[in-house]
Amino acid sequence: MTSAASSPPAQPRVGLFVTCLVDLFRPSVGFAAVKLLEDAGCTVEVPEAQTCCGQPAFNSGDRATTEDLVRGLLDAFEGYDYVVAPSGSCAGMLRAHVPDLFENDKATAARAAEFAGRCHELVSFLVDVMGVKRVDAALERVATYHDSCSGLRELKIKRQPRRLLQSVEGLELAEMAEPEVCCGFGGTFCVKYPQISTKMVENKVQDVAASGADLLLAGDLGCLMNMAGRLARQGSPIEVRHVAEVLAGELDAPPIGRPADA
Amino acid sequence: MQPSSLAFQTKASDALADPNLQKALGGIKTGWQRGRILAADRLPEFEQLRDQARDIKNHALEHLDFYLEAFEARVLDAGGQVHWARDAAEARAIIQGICQDNGAKTVTKSKSMIAEEIGLNDHLEAAGITPVETDLGEYIIQLRKEPPSHLVGPAVHLTRDQVSDLFAATHDLPRTEDPTELVGQARTVLRQKYLAADVGITGANFLIAETGSAITVTNEGNAELTQGLPKVHVVIASLEKVIPSMEDAFTLLRVLARSATGQEFSTYTTVMTGPKRTEDHDGPEQFHVVLLDNGRSKMIGSKFQDMLRCIRCGACMNNCPVYLAAGGHAYGWVYVGPMGSVLTPQFVGIESAHTLPNASSFCGRCEEVCPVRIPLPNLMRHWREEQFKRQLVPSTVRWGLGIWGYVAKRPALYRFATRVAMAMLGRMGRKEGSFASLPLAGGWTASRDLPAPQGKTFMQQWKKKRRGGAR
Ligand code: SF4
Repeated sequence: MTSAASSPPAQPRVGLFVTCLVDLFRPSVGFAAVKLLEDAGCTVEVPEAQTCCGQPAFNSGDRATTEDLVRGLLDAFEGYDYVVAPSGSCAGMLRAHVPDLFENDKATAARAAEFAGRCHELVSFLVDVMGVKRVDAALERVATYHDSCSGLRELKIKRQPRRLLQSVEGLELAEMAEPEVCCGFGGTFCVKYPQISTKMVENKVQDVAASGADLLLAGDLGCLMNMAGRLARQGSPIEVRHVAEVLAGELDAPPIGRPADA
Repeated sequence: MQPSSLAFQTKASDALADPNLQKALGGIKTGWQRGRILAADRLPEFEQLRDQARDIKNHALEHLDFYLEAFEARVLDAGGQVHWARDAAEARAIIQGICQDNGAKTVTKSKSMIAEEIGLNDHLEAAGITPVETDLGEYIIQLRKEPPSHLVGPAVHLTRDQVSDLFAATHDLPRTEDPTELVGQARTVLRQKYLAADVGITGANFLIAETGSAITVTNEGNAELTQGLPKVHVVIASLEKVIPSMEDAFTLLRVLARSATGQEFSTYTTVMTGPKRTEDHDGPEQFHVVLLDNGRSKMIGSKFQDMLRCIRCGACMNNCPVYLAAGGHAYGWVYVGPMGSVLTPQFVGIESAHTLPNASSFCGRCEEVCPVRIPLPNLMRHWREEQFKRQLVPSTVRWGLGIWGYVAKRPALYRFATRVAMAMLGRMGRKEGSFASLPLAGGWTASRDLPAPQGKTFMQQWKKKRRGGAR
């Protein structure tokens, strides 16, 4: 256990922060997250007033919009024991950056700091806070895990997903040479600087292929869509999924970017 | 140097299409990047040293006026002179004055980023004084009339092949690809220049308040020859280089070399204090220190103060995927890579450099490796805020953000809009599973498919399946 929390209440009330990309593009990740949280003994609710963590505005330098959006989240997630997101990037925004907002509004800043302390990324929450040691899932594949930047560097997520993946029956983990190098997604970066982003994702998918894995996993849908998009463009047979889907054993949805009947 | 940072995008594309450059940049990964990891692994207390290094620099910055005055007093005690320069023009004029007072025709220079910052070479040449770069990399780019592309390796953008061609064309000697012979050729040419030089100009990695010394580190020993042989030695350094003591310098040197090249210590560490004393066998007769502000004092107390901790090790660029793709020249000014993306707007104005703080995926690797723990992504974000405030963001992006923000602040509207959009995209993409092209998404789909949404949003499905949320 890390210092993240004193021991959790018997049946913590978790507010799921779905994240934009999961909500819009891949709801199956949200359902996988719900299953994992409930299996770990949490009561899961999904506040309807949530939209976005504000990152697109924050990273574009638009502080006013960021603060308005975060204010909405403070209200939406009031009273939950924890706020959990299936994304290191959104959870990184909530945990690491939200406390630095509201420089000119002390009362809200205090609320924001308290809120940030309750926010977690899904897999690290399961392992570090809920003490989950193994999952009940099976998959005969060779998988490689990409460490998405915000989760890795802002939230120190590295061993937690690997630890739980090791408990998936039949799953073999093959590490890339450089699992910690950015895939080139970076939110709006990938469309603002498409050539550089392409070079980065090309390096990444080469590393993925060299690992010998036939399944690529990560904890952030943005990175996953970027890498899946590049792999698809090259006609690669490597499949791409969010780590929560594998851990929850919810594999009914086709891999990212694949048609339903594949 | 005229900034051309606004052309970052175009220059980066050219860089990506340049096989020589890509090959040269690849060498950074296998060389310095790997070297740093190995060196850090060999030193168990490396992380604590980084904390100490950060604290030393923070302390010095908190008391900058005190340590600068102490430094000046010690330089005077040792028989040297200190010149304060508010900006680049003042610094150039001071150095030109010192050269002319001594009737200098040739000056040798050891690598100095500050000299690049103030455009010293062009200025001296215009005044009829010939500057000769003595660092191998600087010598190469001087021959090619190029700016440096890296803090530590100014010519790192070139392959050995290109250097062989350059030397064959410049020196009157047969072409060689042997590194030792190439270095030998440069040495032979430079040796005569050392002897002919009237003034030697060096930069400084650190200025020591306790002793009035300037410290430089090199791997070629050229700083020694530059400061020791001519009768006049000029140190050009910026204000934030001052630190309290020699002991502090040694702590900083331990993280500097490891972070820069993976060496435990640079080959040469030169401590320069005052002019030649009567009991000394050799050394310069005059010792001048030019202290350059050039906007740095304004950074103290600002959001950018942390940047003044930088010890110019280059680790942030060696580990930056954007730098490693685009190369240093794409950044369009003296300072490159992540540290350049923070510093360049400071020096040339955000209007002329807003491309740079945007050219980052915020992967955070630079902050992770910076020996003095500068929060580089946060500082780049501050520039983006500044850019947004000053309305320098293209109007299409502002509009897009504005509409998105308006909708995202209204959950009911957001639910409705996203439900409609995803249903449509989901239907369009169901058969293939992803889009090979899509209107308005060209930046994405030029090189990768866009995975299609599953169709119904999570919120939509959740409402049906479950009792609904808390409210
Ligand atoms: S910002 Fe940090 S990593 Fe980059 S050159 Fe300066 S000290 Fe080195």
